[in-house]
Amino acid sequence: MRMPRLTALLTATAVFTTALTLAASAAEVHVLNWKGYGADEPWAVEAFEKATGNKVVNDFFNSEQEMLTKIRTNPGLYDVVMINAAFNDQAIAEKLIQPIDTSKLPNYADISKDKAGSPMLDHDGKVYGVPWVWGLTALAINEKSFDKPPTSIAEMWDAAHKGRVVIRDDAVEAVQFGAIATGQNINDIKDMDSVKTKLTSLMPQIKTFWSSENDWNQMVASNQIDIGTYWSGSADRAKTHFKLPVSLVIPREGAVAWLDAFSIPAGSKNVEGAQAFINYMIDPKFYVEWVTKVGAPVSANTKAVEALPEDSFNRKVMGDPEVAKRIQFQAPITDAQREAYLALWQQLKVDVK
Amino acid sequence: MAVEGAVASRSGLRSALPLLAPAYLWLTVAIFLPLSAMVFFSFMTELPLSGKPWAFTLGNYAAFFSQSLYLTLLLASLRLGLEVTLWCVVIGYPAAYVLAKVLKGRSREAIFLLVILPFWSNGLVRIFSWAMVLRQGGILDTALNAVLPFKINIDLMYSYPAVIIGLVHSYVPYMVLTCYLTLQAIDDSLIEAGRSLGASRLQVLKRVIIPLSMPGLVAGAALIFVPVVGSFMEPRILGGRTGTFYGTVIEDQFVAVFNWPLGAALSFILLAVVLVILAVASPVLRRAA
Repeated sequence: MRMPRLTALLTATAVFTTALTLAASAAEVHVLNWKGYGADEPWAVEAFEKATGNKVVNDFFNSEQEMLTKIRTNPGLYDVVMINAAFNDQAIAEKLIQPIDTSKLPNYADISKDKAGSPMLDHDGKVYGVPWVWGLTALAINEKSFDKPPTSIAEMWDAAHKGRVVIRDDAVEAVQFGAIATGQNINDIKDMDSVKTKLTSLMPQIKTFWSSENDWNQMVASNQIDIGTYWSGSADRAKTHFKLPVSLVIPREGAVAWLDAFSIPAGSKNVEGAQAFINYMIDPKFYVEWVTKVGAPVSANTKAVEALPEDSFNRKVMGDPEVAKRIQFQAPITDAQREAYLALWQQLKVDVK
Repeated sequence: MAVEGAVASRSGLRSALPLLAPAYLWLTVAIFLPLSAMVFFSFMTELPLSGKPWAFTLGNYAAFFSQSLYLTLLLASLRLGLEVTLWCVVIGYPAAYVLAKVLKGRSREAIFLLVILPFWSNGLVRIFSWAMVLRQGGILDTALNAVLPFKINIDLMYSYPAVIIGLVHSYVPYMVLTCYLTLQAIDDSLIEAGRSLGASRLQVLKRVIIPLSMPGLVAGAALIFVPVVGSFMEPRILGGRTGTFYGTVIEDQFVAVFNWPLGAALSFILLAVVLVILAVASPVLRRAA
């Protein structure tokens, strides 16, 4: 029953992207990013177009694999692509992206040194990705259920929260979360069995697997959950913009950190426009507006973060040096690992049925 | 199929062609071609769209048999299909009987409209409405506690019953419609004859009404069983921790890991299993009908 629909979708996508290819012209900047993730904000697009004369054309992906496929199959279509740093290696290996001349990006000098020098983005002295924003997959709590915020990841396993715990329906995230809970390096999991045992004992605690921010926020709004894994930017958005009783907890055992960066695909027809767009995306003015109007992760640009009010979440909590010590940035993982993680995750979900 | 055979046997195929052509053209373009592409994908190591080198393989089908989890989930999905179909019969058949034989005129039209009303709303909207009704502190919980003198706690959300409720609600109109058509066609004089010859109401139901309306029951059951076995949206949204089914695993392959070949292979295994079940059941059902 489902097959015709999916295939129809495939055909429609193919036709649509061909149409886009034909329509591409030099004064356009074609941007590939998650939907609703900064680059497609109408006010931002308008400001950029007014300042540079380039027209922004947004296109979106639903998974990193889809993003890579879109660049592979449409060479020359996109000018800017947002790639999670952990996927940058793969894009370079397949020659999908080109080195970026950072001298054309005035704001690049303000990117924090540890991010700009990340070995995931720089190869042979060339820069293949411009760090944009970073954030955490940590815990968030329903403030109504706690007198005092917990400090340990073990709270997720506490019998008091049985049936009121949530975790995201994502194999890689779940396995890496299990690695942190068992005191391991998320990028070099030595003892997979202990991760499996730990996650197996977590499953009966779980109410449901969330997949979107909206899921999480609704469950807190109707007071159905106590604690769960959540993204730092989303927890901030839930608190400041939706006025929900949510606060982020960065457990003492650590949290998973990710870094998103902009790259220029090989064969881009408007490299100049792409450079201008990336420079605008890391500009403090854009960032402050993004945080205030919508809520955003932490900018990789130190000047942009400093432009936020002193007590803002992205500055006070995420900028805390104590936090920096215990977070672990996601490194690249292979397709084989990803499929193994998915198999483990599906098995865990079946066992708990 | 019977109609088609009759037309062909009258050697009227040529005159029937202009009438059949639009439907078959549409089926070829919209179903047959995409489905063939999916069959092709299911034998590949990589999706050709990905730009990586690819080769033909049986590995995607072998994956189903190498891990017990796919079989476990397939059985869970088949059980779900049977349960939902059963509840649709229990709820839909009496409703169809009342519509066909008890109500007349305006009231029949009004009730009929209410039955098909769910069809007019989007499936996702229906499922999210159920989410609001079933959860703790939701509409059902609050309403019952407002009426009942004692405190009860209703929290059906994120459970197996929630999946059943959502699916039955979505599919029960099929059962009502197919049964209504066959029940309405039963001549009232047959029922009266049975009664006048001394059969009790129950005997009339068992010996006259159910056998004559069997084609409708069978058609409704097939219409419901097949899509429910492959359902993924309702279990994912309403099922929570228990919402992992065969359909959701296929969806994961397409959406989360972009492994279309494995997703396609799993889908065709499901299709084959469903066809086998229908083929095995059809002689039994035909005799019953």
